[in-house]
Amino acid sequence: MLKVESVSKHYAGKTALNNVSLEAHTGKIYGLLGPNGAGKTSLIRIITCITAPDSGSVYFNNEKMQSRLIREIGYLPEERGLYRKMTVSDQALYFGQLKGMAKSSCLEQMDFWFERLDMQSWRKKKLEELSKGMQQKVQFVLTVLHQPKLIILDEPFSGFDPINAELIKTEVMRLRDEGASILLSTHRMESVEELCDDISLINQGEVVLQGAVKEVRQKYKKSAYMIAYEGNLPAEMRGIQSMNHHQRRDGVIETTMFPEAGASLTDILQMVSSHVHLLEYREMLPSIKDIFIQLVGKSA
Amino acid sequence: MKNILLVSRREYLSRVRKKSFVIMTLLGPFLVALFYGAIIWLALSDSQDNEERNILVLDESGIFSEGIESASNFHYFVNPADTQSSSYFGTLMIPSDFNLDHPDGARYLSSESLNIIQQNAIENQLEKTIKAQKLVRAGLRKATLDSLQTHVNINAAKLDGDTIKEDSSAVNAGAGMIGAFLIYLFIFLYGVQVMKGVAEEKSNRIVEVIISSVKPFDLMMGKIVGIALVGLTQIFVWIVLSGILMAVITPMIASGQVGEIQSAAQNMEHPMAQIQQQGGALSALFQLDFVSLILSFLFYFITGYLLYSAMFAAIASAVDAETDTQQFMFPITIPLIFSMAIAQSLVIKDPNGELATWLSMIPFTSPIVMMVRIPFGVESWQLILSMLFMIFGFIAVTWLASRIYRVGILMYGKKPTYKELLRWMTYKG
Repeated sequence: MLKVESVSKHYAGKTALNNVSLEAHTGKIYGLLGPNGAGKTSLIRIITCITAPDSGSVYFNNEKMQSRLIREIGYLPEERGLYRKMTVSDQALYFGQLKGMAKSSCLEQMDFWFERLDMQSWRKKKLEELSKGMQQKVQFVLTVLHQPKLIILDEPFSGFDPINAELIKTEVMRLRDEGASILLSTHRMESVEELCDDISLINQGEVVLQGAVKEVRQKYKKSAYMIAYEGNLPAEMRGIQSMNHHQRRDGVIETTMFPEAGASLTDILQMVSSHVHLLEYREMLPSIKDIFIQLVGKSA
Repeated sequence: MKNILLVSRREYLSRVRKKSFVIMTLLGPFLVALFYGAIIWLALSDSQDNEERNILVLDESGIFSEGIESASNFHYFVNPADTQSSSYFGTLMIPSDFNLDHPDGARYLSSESLNIIQQNAIENQLEKTIKAQKLVRAGLRKATLDSLQTHVNINAAKLDGDTIKEDSSAVNAGAGMIGAFLIYLFIFLYGVQVMKGVAEEKSNRIVEVIISSVKPFDLMMGKIVGIALVGLTQIFVWIVLSGILMAVITPMIASGQVGEIQSAAQNMEHPMAQIQQQGGALSALFQLDFVSLILSFLFYFITGYLLYSAMFAAIASAVDAETDTQQFMFPITIPLIFSMAIAQSLVIKDPNGELATWLSMIPFTSPIVMMVRIPFGVESWQLILSMLFMIFGFIAVTWLASRIYRVGILMYGKKPTYKELLRWMTYKG
């Protein structure tokens, strides 16, 4: 669907992107994660042909990216902005037509989205008459109005209250299920972890980690387990390196266990159940944020 | 191309629908007519000063003992019996040592000061009297003198191929200056609108949304073209309304003018010549080639506006806030201001001179300088060359401006230096 191949970009002595490659697939959500100033927006601007890379190329459906193909993209920039004195429907019509939509299909889509996000009554309102959250919603609709095959969302949830953020999240997942491929860029990694299928972690213009979220977390797991139980465990057990205990309000104790290398999980669980009443257990996987801090902390 | 149209349509409609635009467009010609009407009315009411004034002349030299002829509503009373009458407007005192060869020391006293025209009238009358006496002293008789009085009025005409056209340099200069001034005004008026529009899109961060659908060049051109159409709409409405106004007002003024001329003729020595001269100016006005004037006005207006507004757009794209544009505005508008200043003096005095010719070739100054020259008659090859330069100049400037624009609109933070602007032109992509 979208393929970025060894893209580099330098600005006046500063490296914005260094040899970045990634591949986003149809019907998947791709997370472009990294702190502010990592180069996410630079990469997006290259993908959307706003700027050109110094080297490397971008392919869209196996075709080299060019301005003709940009119509297939819907881009919600981090810095939002619309014409303040224009009505919502005029604005939608204008941006839709700029994306090559016919007026009729533009109106059709407007009906669909305004109905769906409960915005029908705003049609004739000027943007400046709407609240900030409402403006954000309008902007989201304008991004997806032309039914793009690739949707690029830069910090999509900033500026939304939790209810609307959830609403947008649902819409994003629905669009993914309908076959759009979504590139989601954010510095708030925890907010998108559950959304993304694949990720790239970017720091200072370089990809520091890449892959499917599941695999990444598996790869960086420290093989730790959490058990919740009633009763008391002995201070030391065979096959367990260390343990951290934490008592919950309801009296249940949660313990994080770090087994010794080669220890069998079944053995450990059997041993635990012989001492206490085991309520819950799960393998603890690191969050993307933890992994990022681990990686970047290492390199720094 | 389609996007340029879409963008310019939005720019056009969003401006034309504004109340302020509608009001200004409809009221403009009336306001201008009102303005000029007021000036003409004031001027006329001033010249229609018909009050008769008596001047008391206390002549100690005896030079004016034969009296001074009345003129310009001034009546002179030389050493009358009654010097105390309150009906005198002022007193003219001629000292005893005042003589024909050294007519110095005359003083005028009054409670109400003279204006320049009145003072001139009195001085003229004294000079005339002295001159007459000098001629008599030299042995010339008045009859001979009168026969020497000659009045010549050149009826300037322009040879255009085989046809002779009435010509009047005043009318030419006026027509040229009006055209040039309108171009000057419109470039500023609408160029600033382009600047504001770009600054608005940048500061509202609209630009990044649009730029993902439209090329920066299309966005810039769309805006420039849209606003140009707003300007042309306004000009068109103004021309039509002015035409209607002229059609209504001209007969009114004309009938007033005939009366003016007739009453003036009574006081003039050469009424026919005067009337002929006025008639010449009028027919010169009507013989001005309005079609080619308007066409070249439109050409230089459009291309000049395109050239300057592209630069305005580039400036606005480079800075974060509209207020920061001042620093870059000035150097860009210097050629425009310069050519307007030059047009007023040099071009009118020497419209086909070397400087005027050169300036009418340079795209930055030609819209104004050439506009002033055209009514005086410009050789076709010069006009064509100037227009070609203008087209190339506008393409080159727009191209360079768009290079700055496409980088500038996405740059936030510090205000760029001139060096950086130059560097932006060479950026890839």
